[in-house]
Amino acid sequence: MDALLATGLAPADLGAARVQMALSLGWHIVVACFGVGLPALVLFAEWRGLRTGDPNYALLARRWARAMGVLFAVGAVSGTILSFEMGLLWPGLMGRFGEVIGLPFTLEAFAFFIEAIFVGIYLYGWDRLPPRAHLLSGVPILVAGVASAFFVVTANAWMNQPRGFDLVNGEVSDVDPWAAMFNPATPPQTVHMIVAAFMVAGFVTASVYAVAVLRGRGDRYHRLGFTISFTLAALLVPVQIGVGDWVARFVADYQPTKLAAMEGVFQTERGVPLHVGGVEIDGELRYAVQIPDGLSLLAHGNPNAEIRGLAEVAPADRPPVNVVHPAFQVMVDIGLGLLALSAWFGVAWWRRREPPRGPWFWRLAAIAGPAAVLALEAGWVTTEVGRQPWIVWGVLRTADAVNPAPGLWVGLVVVGVVYAVLTVATIYVLRRLATDRPVPIAPQEADVASFPVP
Amino acid sequence: MAQVLLAVLFAALTAYALLGGADFGGGFWDLIAGGGPVAMRRRRLIEHSLGPVWEANHVWLIFAVVLLWSGFPSVFAAVSSTAYIPLTLVGLGIIGRGAGFAFRKVSVEYRLRRLFGATFAFSSVATPFFLGAVAGGIASGRIPPGVARGNLVTSWWNPTSVATGVLTVGVGVYLAAVFLTREASWHDPDLVPALRRSALLAGVAVGVLAAVGLLVVRLDAPRLFDSLFDGPALVFVLVSIVAGVVSLVLLWASRFVAARPAAGLAVASILWGWGVAQYPNLLPGTTVDAAAANSAVVQAVLGVCVVGVLLLVPSLWWLFSIFDADRRGA
Repeated sequence: MDALLATGLAPADLGAARVQMALSLGWHIVVACFGVGLPALVLFAEWRGLRTGDPNYALLARRWARAMGVLFAVGAVSGTILSFEMGLLWPGLMGRFGEVIGLPFTLEAFAFFIEAIFVGIYLYGWDRLPPRAHLLSGVPILVAGVASAFFVVTANAWMNQPRGFDLVNGEVSDVDPWAAMFNPATPPQTVHMIVAAFMVAGFVTASVYAVAVLRGRGDRYHRLGFTISFTLAALLVPVQIGVGDWVARFVADYQPTKLAAMEGVFQTERGVPLHVGGVEIDGELRYAVQIPDGLSLLAHGNPNAEIRGLAEVAPADRPPVNVVHPAFQVMVDIGLGLLALSAWFGVAWWRRREPPRGPWFWRLAAIAGPAAVLALEAGWVTTEVGRQPWIVWGVLRTADAVNPAPGLWVGLVVVGVVYAVLTVATIYVLRRLATDRPVPIAPQEADVASFPVP
Repeated sequence: MAQVLLAVLFAALTAYALLGGADFGGGFWDLIAGGGPVAMRRRRLIEHSLGPVWEANHVWLIFAVVLLWSGFPSVFAAVSSTAYIPLTLVGLGIIGRGAGFAFRKVSVEYRLRRLFGATFAFSSVATPFFLGAVAGGIASGRIPPGVARGNLVTSWWNPTSVATGVLTVGVGVYLAAVFLTREASWHDPDLVPALRRSALLAGVAVGVLAAVGLLVVRLDAPRLFDSLFDGPALVFVLVSIVAGVVSLVLLWASRFVAARPAAGLAVASILWGWGVAQYPNLLPGTTVDAAAANSAVVQAVLGVCVVGVLLLVPSLWWLFSIFDADRRGA
């Protein structure tokens, strides 16, 4: 390995490029989830505050809006470097296929533009616009956030199901950008991601208030903050389980190799069991708990259905089972855990119109946020590593897309340091926003000395 | 059609140079503001002028990048693979600038405000330099077509690139000074005389930088120099010089509102002069038509741009009018 690093050979640089992309994407995705989900919470709280006159709602709206402002700024800049990295790290992809996936990114640029403008209007105009106009000025933020997520994920869906072009002697021709954008993977993947974004925003926000309740601050303000955000996320958990099933069936039909890696299936068989846990050793999955016929039933609705194993493709074309399988398991297990926690909350609310009383509920609710983030990352690892060794499934290998320039690993080190600092600073600032009184002001606001917020 | 797309791309770059460039320039003035109560007021003015608009201003860059890869994918691949060192630094500089600015505003502790402020200000100077250096590399023909075919260092670290990088920083600094002087005249009139002096100084300095830059180009990239002075690009060069001088005269006469478009025109003309000088080549031996994406893509992207602009114009107008109304009231 050292020799590889010293000579700057491609394998080390390919690994560095992949890690750098994973780091910056994995980082941005968390922040982007707040860009999609937080506006819904802010607008709901502001609307309830206007309707009821309850100052707790107003304070929640104001605090969340400021967190939204900070996270939007951080998301804007962490998203920009991604657009650069598409070319810095993967010129082989962008040089040939940039035009095929250009349309959704152009649409995304406009959606982001609208979002940036209305974040400015909404935050700057808080005490300058009439209340109803102000509430309405927040709606485009929500719409544009969801639209952005949709557009970007269509491009990723295209990497799984490349459509809308012909290859003639390696040259791209007859491009139909709309067909590329609305490829078969687009519906399941975009819905899965957008629902996940609301869940992450809801559960993480709820975690903050669960911690406060555990520390003895169980007043109306903190309980309200918890209930609004947890309810949004909890309502979406069963939806997401259904969507997840749809995605898995889609993968089974359209990317059987990826499904085989997700489940650790090596030989093509009928009546394949569902594997829980296990590791790949020498081309087989060991130590897994097996649920008979489970995979065949879940993937194709028939206990005797055939599942194509990894042995169908050459060893060089197989994704690494020991990454994809555990990542998939982590995502599914957390999803089921969140379902149980949400059901607990739902039963308590149905009986007594309040959250469960015991400390265990609040402890679990406090870790639900980080768990949701972990599930999100695990899901992205599943789909991205599950597509390997292809960057464009069946069309272009990742190794052929990477920038051949030497020294990419140096870039990875620098980027890693910057992101470490950025993470610490972001968490510090968000903690201040969560606890400081008066609430610190968002970057988009004016020096609101005349409009202090308690 | 590809020519229309290229024009839209240049329009986006122009908007970024004017709006985003001024925001970067604000960071420079923040950096050298020094200490004491007057410096604090200056910093607050800068903070105020960036506050709700810098993200919208920043989107122009993303928009230009996306248009480049959609419309001229091989050019995007060639530039970003050869110039990956400065462009990585640009990406990181953008993070430092944006996060530093946002975090400073949220922080209350003096030590942290200084730390975040220094990050913001330093990145504001470094980022436009590297962007300009890459532009200088393209203009002097040092970024060839193909993936990572150019020299990884000399493609952006050469006389023309350094001159262009410094000029890019300077241009932003001047624009920021002009904008801030106008801002101060509404918001904090006591600051006007000192800012006006700063702006005049910056304007003269940028003029000198531009002259030196042209000399460097003449020695380092004679072909670029010839195409700047030997054809339609000359018109833009002359417009830039005249507009720059006019903006200085207007500043001298304390006509701050009028100085702003004059300074903007001077800057925009540099950019368009470069574009015209290089047309129809995007990279050495690669013309616009040869590099253009499939016509279906170009049409779809342009169609989206038309619809998008219809949404953007009223939104932007609303943003700037709330911002402006407030300033006039204040």
